[in-house]
This record gives sequence, C-alpha cells and structure tokens, in this order.
Amino acid sequence: MANNRCSVLVCQGTGCVSGGSEHIYNALKDELESSGHDEDISVKRTGCHGFCQQGPMIVVEPRGVFYTKVKMDDVPDIIKSVLPGGKSLDRLFYRDPVSEKAVMHYHDIPFYVKQERTILKYCGYIDPEEINDYTEIGGYAALRKAITGMTPEGVIAEVKNSGIRGLGGAGFLTGRKWESCRNAPGDVKYVVCNADEGDPGAFQDRSVMEGNPHSVIEGMIIAAYAIGADKGFIYVRAEYPLAVNRLKIAIEQTRQEGLLGDNILDSDFSFDMEIFQGAGAFVCGESTALVRSIEGKRGMPKAMPRPRTTEEGLWNKPTLLNNVKTFANIPLIITNGAGWFARRGTEKSKGTAVFSLTGKVVNCGLIEVPMGATLRKIIYDIGGGIPGGKSLKAVQTGGPSGGCLPAEMIDIPVDFDSLAEAGSIMGSGGLVVMDEGTCMVDVARYFLDFNRRESCGQCIPCRLGTRQMFEILDDITKGKGRPGDIDLLDRLSKSIKRSSICGLGKTAPNPVLTTLRYFRDEYDAHIRDMRCPARVCSMK
Amino acid sequence: MTMEEEFVDRILASYKGERNELVPILQEVQENLGYLPEKVMIDIARFLGVPGSHVYSVASFYAQFRTLPLGRTRIAVCRGTACHIRGAPLILHEIEDAIHLKEGETSGDLEYTLETVACIGCCALGPCIKVNRDVAGDMTPEKAKELFKGNGSGNGENRGE
Repeated sequence: MANNRCSVLVCQGTGCVSGGSEHIYNALKDELESSGHDEDISVKRTGCHGFCQQGPMIVVEPRGVFYTKVKMDDVPDIIKSVLPGGKSLDRLFYRDPVSEKAVMHYHDIPFYVKQERTILKYCGYIDPEEINDYTEIGGYAALRKAITGMTPEGVIAEVKNSGIRGLGGAGFLTGRKWESCRNAPGDVKYVVCNADEGDPGAFQDRSVMEGNPHSVIEGMIIAAYAIGADKGFIYVRAEYPLAVNRLKIAIEQTRQEGLLGDNILDSDFSFDMEIFQGAGAFVCGESTALVRSIEGKRGMPKAMPRPRTTEEGLWNKPTLLNNVKTFANIPLIITNGAGWFARRGTEKSKGTAVFSLTGKVVNCGLIEVPMGATLRKIIYDIGGGIPGGKSLKAVQTGGPSGGCLPAEMIDIPVDFDSLAEAGSIMGSGGLVVMDEGTCMVDVARYFLDFNRRESCGQCIPCRLGTRQMFEILDDITKGKGRPGDIDLLDRLSKSIKRSSICGLGKTAPNPVLTTLRYFRDEYDAHIRDMRCPARVCSMK
Repeated sequence: MTMEEEFVDRILASYKGERNELVPILQEVQENLGYLPEKVMIDIARFLGVPGSHVYSVASFYAQFRTLPLGRTRIAVCRGTACHIRGAPLILHEIEDAIHLKEGETSGDLEYTLETVACIGCCALGPCIKVNRDVAGDMTPEKAKELFKGNGSGNGENRGE
C-alpha cells in the first residue's frame, strides 16, 4: 500500500455487494492491469463503511475522496480520475440531503464527523482478506504483548479495569466473566464468539466480521490465553455467507502466521478455533441454547437455576462466551490500556456503542458513538433527522426483547442502565427510527409475531403466552379488539415475564409493555374508535 | 445404490461420526440436495449412532432445514424490523399475487419457493428481498411486480411445510 501513489478502496460489504460492487471491483482491477497502471494505483476490496444506503461506495486514498452510488458505467471515469492529471468526479460525491451541497471528502460528511469510530475505525480501510493489512495498522501487537509480556491474570486485570461490559446486550462485566471462567475448575476450557446476530434490524456484528475479521480473532486468542482455553468456536449465522467466508480466510491466514495452533509465538500456549454455522434460531443467541446447538442438539435453553456457562458450558466444560464486538474491543484495550478505554462513556457504561441505525431516518447505516450519547445526537446529528418532513414518533432499541421509546425521551443517554430504566434494553445494537406513519400497535404485533415464531416451545408461558398475545394484537389491528384486551395483554405480559425459563421468554412481552406504557392512546383508538391513527392497519 | 445415496455416503465419509457433527452434516447435505429427504435423515442417524427421531427433531427445530424439495428460484422476503416498517408486508403480498404462492410454499412445478426470513442484515437498504443468492434492496410493490411479471407458477399443486 505504501508504494502506491493512490489506492481505490471498493466496499465489499453485503449492502454494497447487492448493488454490484463486486463487479465494479473486478472491472477496476482488470482495467488498471491491462493499461499497466496497477503499479502505482492499487484497487482494494474493503469491508463495510457503514453508510450502506449510499452504496456501492468507493474511497480514493490518500485524499479520502468519497464516491457514492457507483455504477459499472462509472468505472472508465473513475479510472481517468485517478490517473495523473485526472479530476475528481463531482457527480459521484455525496450530497447533503438538506442543503444538497456536494461533499467531496469522507471526513467532511456529517454522518462520519459526529461519530467516534473505534472498533469500526478500520472497517472500510483494510482488506479483510489480507492479514498484512491488519498487521500494518497494529494488528496482533496486542496478542504479542499479552503472550510475551503479560500473565493471564494481568490480562484479566486490564480487561476488568477497563470496565467493558458485554456488548451482546446483557451488559455483564466482561472482566468478571473472564475471571470466573479462569477460576472455574477443569483442564479443558472453551472460548466461544457469539455471532448469532438474530435481532431483526441489526447488522453490526456482521459488518465487523466482514470488515475486520482479524480483530475478532485476535480478541478471542487473547481471551483464550487469559482463561486457559485451547479450543474456540465462532458461532455465526448461516444467513451471513460473506462473513463466514471472510472469517474462514482470516483463520487460515492466522494459522499460517503461527498465531493460531500449537505454541503460539513460541510460547507454551496453544489454541485453535473453528467456525460453527448456526442454522437459524433466534433463541440460540442465549448462551445455554447456543452451547446445545454446537453440541448437535435442538437449541433449547437450560432452565434456571443452572450453573453459569463459565462453569458448565460446552460438553459441561467451563466456556467463555462473548459477543463479536466485545472481542473486537479486546486488542484495543490491551494495546492502549484500560485507562484509554475507560475515558469514553459514562460512569457505569464504558467505551463505545455500535448501532445499526435504520428505519425512517435520512442516513441509515452503521454508527459508533461513546456510551451515553443521546438519542437526539444519534438520530438528528448523525442520522440527519426524519425524511419527508415527517416527525419522529418513536425509537425502538434492543430488537424483539427491547422496547419503543417515545419522541419525548430522545434526550436520554444511550447506555445500559438508562435504557433499562426507560423499559427498553441496549440489546445487541439495533436502533430503528419510527415516524408518524408507523403504527405502534402494528409494531407490537410485529414483534410478538417474531417472538412467537422463535419461541423454542420448551416452556408453556413463552410458547402459548406469546401466541395468545399475538392473537390479541392481531385482532386489535384488524378492528376486532375487545374492551378488556389491554388489561389482558398486561396480565399475560407479567406472567410470561415471571414464569418463562429463559431470557427470550422473559423479555418477549417488552415490545408490548413499552408501547402500552407510552402509546396507550393508539391502542384505545384501535379498540374503542376502530381507527388506526397512522393508517397502517386495515380495520375491516 | 441410487445416486442420491452415493452422494450422501460421500459426504458422510468426510465426517468422524460424532454427535456434534449433526448440524454441519445436515447443512452440507441440504446444500447439495436442496432439502433433507426422510431416507437420508435415517442414514445420517445410523452413521451417528442416534435415533432417527433425534435427527428429525434437530432438522425440524432450525429454520434453515427443509424436508421438502425447494423450487429452482428461491425468493426470501426479509421481515426484519427496518424492512417491516418500510413496507415489507406489501412487498410480500405483491409477490404472492404475482407468482400465486403463499409464504412458505413451493410451486408444484418446483419453479418457485417463497419464504420469509428474520433479517438479511441489509437493513439500510430495506425493504429487501433475496432471490437465490442475490439481495435486491429498496424494493417497492411496483418493483416487485415488475420483477416477477408473468412468472406465475405452472401446473401442479403448491406445497408447504
């Protein structure tokens, strides 16, 4: 990269690929090779830039010229523009949706300026299929530092001091989890990366795996060193073929470099990992269900009380399970120190949060902000507000286990505790913006439909309760609501929360509880007045 | 031995016969045959030394597995949250009308399978659909209609699981 006069970075995230970026990449490469310019101009494929809606995207470095919505027909002009004397292509610049002004550089676009990208920093800059790209930006230095200069206890202390909490949704203190897994008796231990990103409306784990797979692998190896594991699994959804492929390539390269396998970096620490493809079950995001799934069983959670997975996980051995983003943070914590990490965020939620910002918002995409940023900043400063002159109605966080917060609450800070207090959850990071054209009863119905389909069927409150709730909500959205339905929904919600055996069941009623709490009038309008204020439901 | 059996035998030969290989085996068999025939599930059970009911219980638990053959063109409509609030249900109805299939059905002539998926992960491009391996984003009912115009399924009864 250093020898080239300029590089053309072509985004190869799932979003851009669906817009044809793979063909654009190949065409650019062929064209430059056949004209003999491939010496001084390199074409690189990168992971997701996060601004998927503007895809396919191309960034021309070193100046950071940003092209959006590129088509095959643009390839000849892009080539001309990067040749000596070439001019940048105005027509492919990003246009500010409000002022319609063209913005030439990546680093001047409000969507990026207002973020603090740390684990996403190199997604979109490095070639995820080239381990050298990762090492050039300091990759695997943390692993070297940990293995050659730190004790496992020292690594755990660093993670503990950083204050990082699990980014899969529950927010359990990562350092404490590592410590309890290290202290659990047993010679055989496992490290598992939970990449079963099943929340509809969330794609941040996918983007990290597609854009910077080595950061996840490095985090896992460091974790294995810290807890004393010699085998690891990445449990990734089969629906993410591109992520699976990139991880496979990355694992193989890591092995060839001697960073995975026997006697890593000539130490007596050995560790290897493999990919396990999830076969499509939302409930497998739950730790005990995920474990059973890898063991070749139906992915049904174990009932409480039960030992923690850190004590009895895969094949009843102590197992450390963390989310993709948690692992991706680890190399940064080890390299830069706990203090560096803890500088960002709030008192109880440290570091950054990655969100998939989607729905009725001008700039959709993947964003990263310090914990504690307000919803207002996310939706208006980064997201550019609501399109079509409409007004914000609600924000949904936490997917099917989370809730809908009303527009009045957009000044609350986004962190684990504030969201929980408001009745929602951080979840794995889906953030769906809803405007006046969204019916909140329909949204509640939608999530209960999801939860009823995804219930594993093991316990009655969840299996039958979510179904009952769905049927009541379905009736309400069809103009067949009855007086007393709201009380019934409330009662059902409470008993499902109390008596389900796993997290999926216990949180399944949340979308209903929050919409009842904040949008009661919409339920009343449907039931009493037979009217859908947002005109979404056909009240036949 | 039928071709199918030979094929499955070849796949099984690359595994050790351990119980935890069940999901990967089912995935590889389905990748190649398109679905999981009953006979094949029994062969897999024998190979792993588990009851056939166990193989079926796992195959029926996960959304990915099919016990009926799929159509040549697989259409998956995303029902993720972002797609939903941007009108995914309308897209689904449009496609259902265009190819005369309901969600979850395969046409009798095995031309089409219409299904919905929890989330494709292309939320910024919603509503989106997947046709075989390709994702098409920013769908509108008009685009969906155009895409499948005049492509109603042929003869034979539609089937669903």
